[in-house]
Amino acid sequence: MADKTQTPDAISAYYQTRAAHHGVITSDWLAQAQAAVEQPDSSVFHDLGTEKPFNVIDEFNGWRKQPDLAEAVAAIRAMAAVIRASEATTMMELEIELKKASDTLKSWDKTSISLTAGCDLFIRYVTRTSALEYEDFNSAKSRLLERAEKFGEISCKARKIIAMLSQDFIFDGCTILVHGLSRVVLEVLKTAAQNNKLFRVLCTEGRPDGTGVLLSNELTKLDIPVKLLLDSAVAYSMDEVDMVFVGADGVVESGGIINMMGTYQIALVAHSMNKPVYVAAESYKFARLYPLDQKDMAPALRPIEFGVKIPAKVEVERSARDYTPPQYLTLLFTDLGVLSPSVVSDELIQLYL
Amino acid sequence: MDARRGPLPVPKVRRVGFFTSIEPSPESPRPNRTLSGPAEAITSSSPLSDSPSGQFISPVQIPPSRHRSENLASRAAPVPVPGPSAFRLQLAHDRALHVGSYNPADSLLGTSPPSSNGEVSEDSGSLFGFQRSDSAKLSASFPNGGFDMTMAVRAPRESEARVAIASTSDKKKKNVEASGESESVATKPRKEKETKSLKDKTSKAERRAIQEAQRAAKAAAKGEGSKRAGDSGRAKPSKAAKQPQPKKEVPQVTSSVSEKRSAAVEKERRMDVPQTQMQYDDKSRVDKAKRRSVVEQTESKNKVELFLHLPQYERGNQLPNLSSNIFTLDTIHHAVYKVGLQHLAGDISGDNARCIAMLQAFQEAINDYTTPPMKDLTMDLTAKINGYVSFLIECRPLSMSMGNAIRFLKNQIRKLPVDLSESEAKASLCSEIGRFIDEKIVLADKVIVQHAVTKIREGEVLLTYGFSCVVEMILLYAHEIGRKFRVVIVDSRPNLEGQKLLRRLVARGLDCTYTHINAVSYIMGEVTRVFLGASSIFSNGTLYSKVGTACVAMVANAFSVPVIVCCEAYKFHERVLLDSICSNELGDPDAIANVPLRTNAKHSKTMDNNKNLQFLNLMYDSTPAEYISMIVTDYGMIPPTSIPVIVREYRREDLLL
Repeated sequence: MADKTQTPDAISAYYQTRAAHHGVITSDWLAQAQAAVEQPDSSVFHDLGTEKPFNVIDEFNGWRKQPDLAEAVAAIRAMAAVIRASEATTMMELEIELKKASDTLKSWDKTSISLTAGCDLFIRYVTRTSALEYEDFNSAKSRLLERAEKFGEISCKARKIIAMLSQDFIFDGCTILVHGLSRVVLEVLKTAAQNNKLFRVLCTEGRPDGTGVLLSNELTKLDIPVKLLLDSAVAYSMDEVDMVFVGADGVVESGGIINMMGTYQIALVAHSMNKPVYVAAESYKFARLYPLDQKDMAPALRPIEFGVKIPAKVEVERSARDYTPPQYLTLLFTDLGVLSPSVVSDELIQLYL
Repeated sequence: MDARRGPLPVPKVRRVGFFTSIEPSPESPRPNRTLSGPAEAITSSSPLSDSPSGQFISPVQIPPSRHRSENLASRAAPVPVPGPSAFRLQLAHDRALHVGSYNPADSLLGTSPPSSNGEVSEDSGSLFGFQRSDSAKLSASFPNGGFDMTMAVRAPRESEARVAIASTSDKKKKNVEASGESESVATKPRKEKETKSLKDKTSKAERRAIQEAQRAAKAAAKGEGSKRAGDSGRAKPSKAAKQPQPKKEVPQVTSSVSEKRSAAVEKERRMDVPQTQMQYDDKSRVDKAKRRSVVEQTESKNKVELFLHLPQYERGNQLPNLSSNIFTLDTIHHAVYKVGLQHLAGDISGDNARCIAMLQAFQEAINDYTTPPMKDLTMDLTAKINGYVSFLIECRPLSMSMGNAIRFLKNQIRKLPVDLSESEAKASLCSEIGRFIDEKIVLADKVIVQHAVTKIREGEVLLTYGFSCVVEMILLYAHEIGRKFRVVIVDSRPNLEGQKLLRRLVARGLDCTYTHINAVSYIMGEVTRVFLGASSIFSNGTLYSKVGTACVAMVANAFSVPVIVCCEAYKFHERVLLDSICSNELGDPDAIANVPLRTNAKHSKTMDNNKNLQFLNLMYDSTPAEYISMIVTDYGMIPPTSIPVIVREYRREDLLL
């Protein structure tokens, strides 16, 4: 993975990871990946023992490579490793160390929202726990560790809860438009298929990530009828669509989402044709950002291949994501329940203030 | 609601639109106003409904007439009616402006279960939740179920009401009070009971009228009973409704100690009741308020009909008198007096400045305060504060933020531990006020600036309207840290506040463009962000700010320019505002007529006397939430839909409880 520098031309590491994940997320590989999950565990710990000083970035990278792991979970596991390796003797010291580690992680990849959100969430949890004033510092420390390690399970559980909540919205004979390859949405569709619902899926090609082909691979294995669309054919096919399902890279405070490039377009078309847009996102993706327009976020760039050579003077829009304002979203399916976009701020206020 | 009230008599025709003269209400047959007993009080209460009835009903509705006397007399056992008017009048002197037609009593009519007394009269009383058992349920339905205000307010009210009664004119309403005044204490509870039974049949206006009669009677009987005894007659129909019934029984049965305790509890709840605004088309109440007032204001002759419920005075003739009074006035502390005069003269503008000036004046007043002998510090100080607040309202109606600050102060007074010595109590109060100013205003502004500056990028073109001190701070700070941006200042007559901002920004070297509001759609094409200040933000996300703000926000929305509102959290209010008419402030109409450097000064004299021409100088307007993109507060950046969340999570701890 290329290291992300601060220049605007740098490729976003988050999207590189995602591309890598997309390569392995297919069920063919997943079983092998599961087996591989145990080994990185021990290898990472060995590394910890030998190398000093402890590098949270390396730790994070180690966790991130696992395909089934969400970015935020990897971050939290890395922070847990920080706690484990820390030599602090008081809660304040530990908090300061964690804050430093979180800042390092965040600055290493400024574009990843779930990473930021995950770090903030963990710091928030730590501050709240320390407020409880454990007499024994070690017991507090072990409690934090236990919680951090459980976070990975929370992520998987969150997906199952979301899949369960969204079952009511998928009815027999419906047509679902899916954009991007979100593990949560995949779980939703999988569960629906397992519940013997009859529906068909239209998926967009998803250039330049190529998510459409990957998703259609997965869905055919589940015996769900799939139709591939060009990204530009969304408006053309919107008539036959009953609902739009997308995931989210991050859910922002206004209730809007930041997702793969093209989501805003699809949401606009769906809104103008009165089709509901459902977002499936775990609650740890809620971030305290508030973009006012498309350019208000840190830019995340990715390389785009056109297959042919492009003349030198031509610029290419390489942003990998866009922001969909809350008025185009109908509902958010999260592990906290089925929410309307304005509830996101409510949850964030309760969590962070 | 009509079904409960009974058959409506012939409705009074109300003309819709802008008319100059107030239509005289049709004379309903009035019974002989002899001082014979409860029946008279009931029937005589109906005339009171004359003027006030209009204000509960929008101009397009037709209010029921006042021919209530026949219905009222048929009631078996009357109960005191908690008319909204008197309570509102009291509250108006303490709190910020509120919608006059907001009457939770209506919502209560369907919700409260029947009383346990079994009396017919009590049933009507229970419609307003008079029963003690219902009070808990009812208080659950309202976030702040209180009418403690009446408790606190009653003390000064009584003395003033008595003064008012003593100098009644020959208006019909005054007759009622005179009749009430002459009634003995013994008949008072009975009269209250009678009037209570009429509650579901009388209109709001009549209930208010009845309540005023009782207030007068209570004032007359004040010397005999404790304060609590009259509370049942006073309480506001809505949340106060819980109290009157238990209060009425309590003082008659229990000792005054328990009354005090229950009063304290009720007081707490009442403190949280949003105050209603005094309706200025209720002539008799306005007269009463004027008699009591320190500042003599003459009402404008030529008022727009749609805004009759707002006060409008002739400007420019009170200051010399008042300034000379400053050394002789003993009821108002000189610091408060000074602040009031500054408001009257228009020297202070801007919500934060007004609020800080008022709070600092209160600080001084509290410092100089000494408890009179035989009086409780809490109650007496609250009464004094109420007096100051009424004076300030006479000078200029309170803004929402000032109302919140006063509520905070009264809470602090109420929460004082009883065992504190006077000097300790005063010191604690002063430090609390200082903390409020520091935390909620000064520090909050700093936090807002930090948040908002992240939304200003290089090369932005920022538009602002009028003069908001927070927006000025943001722009200056962004300039200081080296961001390159342009500012467009939109201004409007007659105040031309934008010029002040323009001078300050240009002096610090910012690139500014200045234009009037008629060019806002022209200039909006090149604007990237709009920053607005706020006077208050309501629970449905509606922004209440200087007139013209709504226009700017809507044009920005049409151009897809994000609108950012910068507002401290202490200005949030749990009220809901739907339009700019119910709750507003009328400024000086001459300011519109007189354009500087124009030679139509002569014409203005003829314009004054022209019946077909009215000047409307509104000070505030409301911007719906959908035109606002983001609100920057000291709690961070939130969407407009999250105002009730902040109010729910933080205002209770910080301000109210």
